Amino acid sequence: MILEFAWRNIWRNRRRTAIILTAVVIGVWSMIFLGALMRGIADQMVRNGIATLTGHIQVHQKGFQADPSIENRIREPGGIRRVLEETLPAKSLWTARVRVPAVAANARHSAGITLVGIDPPVEKDLSFIGQAVRSGRYLEREDPRGILVGEALLHQFETRIGHRLVLMSQDTAGEIASRSFTIVGVYRGEMESTEKAYAFVTREAAREMLKMDGAVSEFAVLLPEEEEAGPVAAGIRNGLSPDSYEVLTWREMLPLVSAVLALYDQFIFLWYVVVFIAMGFGLVNTVLMAVYERMREFGLLKALGMRPLRIVGDVLLEAFFILGIGVLAGNVLGILSTLALKTRGIDLSAFAAGSEFAGLGRVIYPTLELRDILLANGVVFVLGLVVSLYPALRAARFTPVEALART
Amino acid sequence: MNMVECRDVKKIYRQGKMEVQALRGVTLSIEKGAFMALAGPSGSGKTTLLNIIGGLDAADSGTVVVDGDTLAGMGQGDLADMRLRKVGFVFQSYNLIPVLSARENVEFIMLLQGVSPRERRDRALSILEEVGLSGLHDRRPAELSGGQQQRVAVARAIVSGPSIVLADEPTANLDSRTGSDLLDMMKKMNEEKKVTFIFSTHDRMVMDYARRLVLIRDGQVDGDHPRE
Repeated sequence: MILEFAWRNIWRNRRRTAIILTAVVIGVWSMIFLGALMRGIADQMVRNGIATLTGHIQVHQKGFQADPSIENRIREPGGIRRVLEETLPAKSLWTARVRVPAVAANARHSAGITLVGIDPPVEKDLSFIGQAVRSGRYLEREDPRGILVGEALLHQFETRIGHRLVLMSQDTAGEIASRSFTIVGVYRGEMESTEKAYAFVTREAAREMLKMDGAVSEFAVLLPEEEEAGPVAAGIRNGLSPDSYEVLTWREMLPLVSAVLALYDQFIFLWYVVVFIAMGFGLVNTVLMAVYERMREFGLLKALGMRPLRIVGDVLLEAFFILGIGVLAGNVLGILSTLALKTRGIDLSAFAAGSEFAGLGRVIYPTLELRDILLANGVVFVLGLVVSLYPALRAARFTPVEALART
Repeated sequence: MNMVECRDVKKIYRQGKMEVQALRGVTLSIEKGAFMALAGPSGSGKTTLLNIIGGLDAADSGTVVVDGDTLAGMGQGDLADMRLRKVGFVFQSYNLIPVLSARENVEFIMLLQGVSPRERRDRALSILEEVGLSGLHDRRPAELSGGQQQRVAVARAIVSGPSIVLADEPTANLDSRTGSDLLDMMKKMNEEKKVTFIFSTHDRMVMDYARRLVLIRDGQVDGDHPRE
């Protein structure tokens, strides 16, 4: 009956309850939806970063991170291979690449790029390039003259599939090596800058060109779970000489992304607080109004022998119901609208240049995270009850004689 | 033993710099089972006295004992409990809880007392029948006439067997016919259930019904007349 009493009380002034409910619903909805959007943006930045040849963990010759040149190549990759095979969890993927700065040139243009020598079948599942070829074909295992370039580079060079591209770079002997490749495929990256930066050839072709023998530039590892990156990297580090090799997780390789990720956590929380403050004032005001309107009644309840604490509980129960309905509806709305956008994403390609600057892809997919939803609900519920305590205490302090004397 | 014992009760209200002496030393004993009226003009202090006896207001000096409880020095919570167990209130303007039905209004006191739902319901229905409201128990206060609302209020006041029922101008908002019906009903409750009734009133009819009439003037007892 106490529950029913509180329930009926909140519907006494339907319009007022409807207004505050709307505020709570919109508040919770915006918390969840915009939270998911921000989380989606952050996730995308991470995914793009990882897919763009970073992987979860990389092993380099010491100094490669600072100076990714051919001098800092891994001359004897066999040892690392063994360590990886021993330490990586099941379902992990790894590959060895050649990666050197190079100059690409055709008859009309030249540009600085990064030449990446890959093992085509392994790379296919490991980084974005496996799915990124839009026209022409992907590299084959034996493909000594084939090269994949990005769409943006293709336009920049005013060339097309079947045409030649000459790559020049420093070889292991310190001489300038050059080799002519034929464009066999064009890929699209999440970002235009990616398309202009990377040209892919087979690892064997790169080694031949640069006289690298069995050497490679980097090992890249993709784990089944991103969270394992830290511990697994530590395991790999243990098996390798720290004087010769550096083992880096994506967080270390993409410090900006890591920092932005931490920033987004703060943003989401701040957003919740801002929304709540706006909503909280509305809530206090509404509950306070409701309490003052019913001053006489609270006086009566006290006269009848209701203890002040029970009156506090009663008012809080009413706030609890309002919050409960609002939070529930807000969650449903927030989750539904997020799911509706999740499959198609929000296409930002019209603003590609701007979104790229932020390290974003062309399409944002909002991401629901349980902890964000719980945090949003917790903020609204707990703080909502805390701020309702004020009107509740006011209600409990009305003295029966004064309250009943009012008409 | 008397139900209510007031000894030299004084109460001063301050309104800004004005001091109003509402009670100037009231000494009064009210016996068990009384059906008594406190009468006097407005501002005489009769409502103040009623509120002090009911533990809604505190005396500045003097002692008030209700059914063995000395009210001075009791905290808010204890006073609330005292009211809940021993005092029933009937107000001039009915003061029912608008969102609750007649039955639920009557049940509310028992709810606070922790009576089981089943017993609450049974007792509420039977008392509503006794006050002549059978069949109307599901109506909200707004769907009842003034006389019916006041009957619900009386039912609420007596349902849990209080030591005293304090009724502040219970007939003031009712026409004389409805008022006398209500008084008949309360008199019946007084005789059958031995509930002590104390009215504050300036309604001639209430005074006529009372078995004892105490006149209050300027915050003091100005006459004490047993009737019949």
